[in-house]
Amino acid sequence: MNYEETELTLGLPGRGTKRLLSGEATTKGDKPMVVGWPPVKEHRKGITMSRRYVKVAVDGAPYLRKVDLQSYGNYDELLSALQELFGCFTESDEKKLVDCVNGTLEYVPTYEDKDGDWMLLGDVPWKMFAQSCKRLRLMTRTPSIC
Amino acid sequence: MDPVRKRTKDLSKSVDSAHLAPFPDEVLEKVLSLVKSHKDRSSVSLVCKDWYNADRWSRSKIFIGNCYSVSPEIVARRFPNIRSVTLKGKPRFSDFNLVPQNWGADIHSWLVVFAQVYPFLEELRLKRMVVSDESLEFLANSFPGFKVLSLLSCDGFSTDGLKAIATHCKNLTELDIQENGIDDLGGGWLSCFPETFVSLEVLNFASLNSDVTFDALERLVSRCKALRVLKVNKHISLEQIQKLLLRAPQLMEVGTGSFQQELVPRQFAELETAFGSCKNLHTLSGLWEASSVYLPVIYPACANLTYLNLSYATLQSDELSKLLPNCSNLRRLWVLDTVEDKGLEAVGSSCPLLEELRVFPADPFDQDMVHGVTESGFVAVSSGCRKLHYVLYFCRQMTNAAVATIVKNCPDFTHFRLCIMNPGQADYLTNDPMDEAFGAVVKTCTKLQRLAVSGLLTDKTFEYIGKYAKNLETLSVAFAGSSDRGMQSVMEGCPKLRKLEIRDCPFGNEALLSGLDKYESMRSLWMSACNLTMNGCRQLAKNMPRLNVEVIKDEESDDSEADKVYVYRSVVGPRRDAPPFVLTL
Repeated sequence: MNYEETELTLGLPGRGTKRLLSGEATTKGDKPMVVGWPPVKEHRKGITMSRRYVKVAVDGAPYLRKVDLQSYGNYDELLSALQELFGCFTESDEKKLVDCVNGTLEYVPTYEDKDGDWMLLGDVPWKMFAQSCKRLRLMTRTPSIC
Repeated sequence: MDPVRKRTKDLSKSVDSAHLAPFPDEVLEKVLSLVKSHKDRSSVSLVCKDWYNADRWSRSKIFIGNCYSVSPEIVARRFPNIRSVTLKGKPRFSDFNLVPQNWGADIHSWLVVFAQVYPFLEELRLKRMVVSDESLEFLANSFPGFKVLSLLSCDGFSTDGLKAIATHCKNLTELDIQENGIDDLGGGWLSCFPETFVSLEVLNFASLNSDVTFDALERLVSRCKALRVLKVNKHISLEQIQKLLLRAPQLMEVGTGSFQQELVPRQFAELETAFGSCKNLHTLSGLWEASSVYLPVIYPACANLTYLNLSYATLQSDELSKLLPNCSNLRRLWVLDTVEDKGLEAVGSSCPLLEELRVFPADPFDQDMVHGVTESGFVAVSSGCRKLHYVLYFCRQMTNAAVATIVKNCPDFTHFRLCIMNPGQADYLTNDPMDEAFGAVVKTCTKLQRLAVSGLLTDKTFEYIGKYAKNLETLSVAFAGSSDRGMQSVMEGCPKLRKLEIRDCPFGNEALLSGLDKYESMRSLWMSACNLTMNGCRQLAKNMPRLNVEVIKDEESDDSEADKVYVYRSVVGPRRDAPPFVLTL
């Protein structure tokens, strides 16, 4: 039984111990940008750059916070910001988010997407996540030892 | 100078003439002044000398589609009584950064002439012109009766220029500033309207970026009782819009500011009431960052809306689906592709009277995004909105079959602008070129006036266009065609073609020269990144002396290549203000 494969980590499935997926996925940038194409006028560019404030709930914290997803470029930055905001967890050696006080208590970052489903952070490219994320929740769990 | 000069009639001449006494000039002029369309006016002036003169004296509005086709002196000589001028400058592709800075189209020389000849000028509407602050100040001080200033996609001025307008134009009724590349030095310009100023009917500063003094705006709106159009910028909050609506319930067109403020229930209710109190409201825009939370405040106004511009609101499909059933009267709808196909299905089912749809890409340069709209959204709209005749659609996939279905549902298209965002992309189901799609469009839509094509296209598309698009006036082509034959087909067909803009196509000198007979009946031709050479352009210029053939050279290219070519008819010969990088052949 390979428990490693079922281990919840912040990375693409199958990538093993790969760190958080950075926003700049490799797919972009293969094609050089063409001047003036698609034919979109200047004042229409950057519409999705507007603020995207979403609520962040952390299990056990007395109140929620709000973060602006547009101000981060990738998952790393978001999680660092959350660490700062809540101050109750930190990154462990195994790249997990663990409670500062109780090292066995783990925080799993999840989010509610446009369809209302609760998803694990990190599966999709950052931009896609930022567009579809409606709220964040850091769920606590104590990993079972089988 | 008498503003309404009458020509003295030489009565003896007419009595002697063999014909029956013609209409007295005054009567003819009066009758012709009822002819409003500038195309009809043009036709009128060609009938005979009497009619030419009657039109000359009675013309008060003039439209010049290309500022370089004529000179201000010629205009002034021919039309002594102009009150309203519309001028367009740069080629349309300048909107997409294809025309370098300092290319031209400066309004100033026109204003200098107008100040001498038309001291009673009332209206100036400019598109893609360069306007400096000095020009705006000159304008404000030269025309005491000035009423209407409309600047669309212009550049070269700052908010300081607007200060001059606000300060000096005591009779201003319209100030419409849209989509301009200007220096926003602050919102103080709005406070320059004096307290005694009450005549404003239209105010649109939605595209300006800085804060205006809300107090000044509120007072301005309160005292301008005839205000019917108010479009504010995104710095105006929801609470502030509510106050403005209360002051001006007579408004017919409203552009809100940002929709992102947090509201308590009382404020929400007040906003709802404010929108409900605007009984004449038919156009709504702005709505920056609007989301489902506060969008319902506009519901009381939705039933009367005929034009809704949601192209600055990143709405998702469910948000649009909830909103649209309230808007059954819509004729024009602009949205972002964040609404996806599902949102467009809601359009099809909720807006049976829809005539115009524009779907803009929220993230046009991101190739990762798998969202946006597809062919099925477009089909869904065409299925429910049979009166659709104007579409601008940005998508990432399309099929020939879908387009055939769409035009079968809506055969009355006058404007069909389809942008498949990946250049040269084929029908994603069959891998065929998209030729048959546009073939279907031109065969079915006999009233088609404007067409923009995209996707993988061979010469076949252009053969179809040349053969079937008998009413086509404007054609935009990018990354398409296989050989000269393509462009030739268009030049040999399309009897009503006026504007042709082409980029990144394999059309060369032979194609260019095949249009020799056509260019004088067209406003202009733009060709960039095609296969034209300097020699080909020189040949065109040599054969057609009444055309201006301008070449803009790229720095890195070969001496013989003609990178960007702009050809237009003109009665004044080569322009004298051309910058060094524009070569007139």
